[in-house]
Amino acid sequence: MNEPSSLFTSQLSGGAPEVAVTRHMLLRGLVAAPVLVLIAGFVWGADGAVSSAFGCALVMVNFALAAALISTTARISLALMMGAVLFGYLIRLGIIFAAVVLVRDMSWISLPALGCTIIVTHLGLLFWELRHVSASLAYPGLKPSSGGEASTSL
Amino acid sequence: MEALAKIVVKAAEAAADPAAAKNEAAAASAGFAYGLAAIGPGIGIGYIVGKAVEAMARQPEAAGMVRTTMFLGIAFTEALALIGFVVFILLKFA
Repeated sequence: MNEPSSLFTSQLSGGAPEVAVTRHMLLRGLVAAPVLVLIAGFVWGADGAVSSAFGCALVMVNFALAAALISTTARISLALMMGAVLFGYLIRLGIIFAAVVLVRDMSWISLPALGCTIIVTHLGLLFWELRHVSASLAYPGLKPSSGGEASTSL
Repeated sequence: MEALAKIVVKAAEAAADPAAAKNEAAAASAGFAYGLAAIGPGIGIGYIVGKAVEAMARQPEAAGMVRTTMFLGIAFTEALALIGFVVFILLKFA
């Protein structure tokens, strides 16, 4: 085991695995979104379908922002990454809150459809990706070549 | 004593207008639900990232795997906050 290095000077260079994970999730989200929109359309009507599409977009933007924040700050320092993740969590929650508050009075919004879609999309994409990641960690030979390995410069 | 008087006044107002009292209670409950639901994930994310940074500083060669699992852990923890948020919007706006 190595001795711990200074967190303020440590930085991670090389590929960003969270960006690769998020890219997978976004691609799967694009596949899953039409299905969710259709289901919401059957249950809540046209408003539900539009709200469901909005919810899918919200979740995917949330994932993309989280990955961008981590990969950008990890190249600067680990301490900055830690701060960015914590404050980024608050900022992203604020963005989702603002997005929902801004559209809540629109004629096309269906809040139950939006809420259900946010939860189902978020958890569904995560579990989907988790299966892929756990398989690639358990059987590294099956790991896709697109996944980037990060290296650390200290 | 003053606080007790305020509670009594509020109770009297609630008895006079049950619909307004219900709306007020729903708004307060929604705020509590969102606030409480955000505290736990905040602590959880701090813990996950702290341990991940410690692991990456100790074993830089495992940074890729640690970052991947850290990112998924953060996203799973954040799901709790999103569930609280959905409860909030359904209680407050629906």
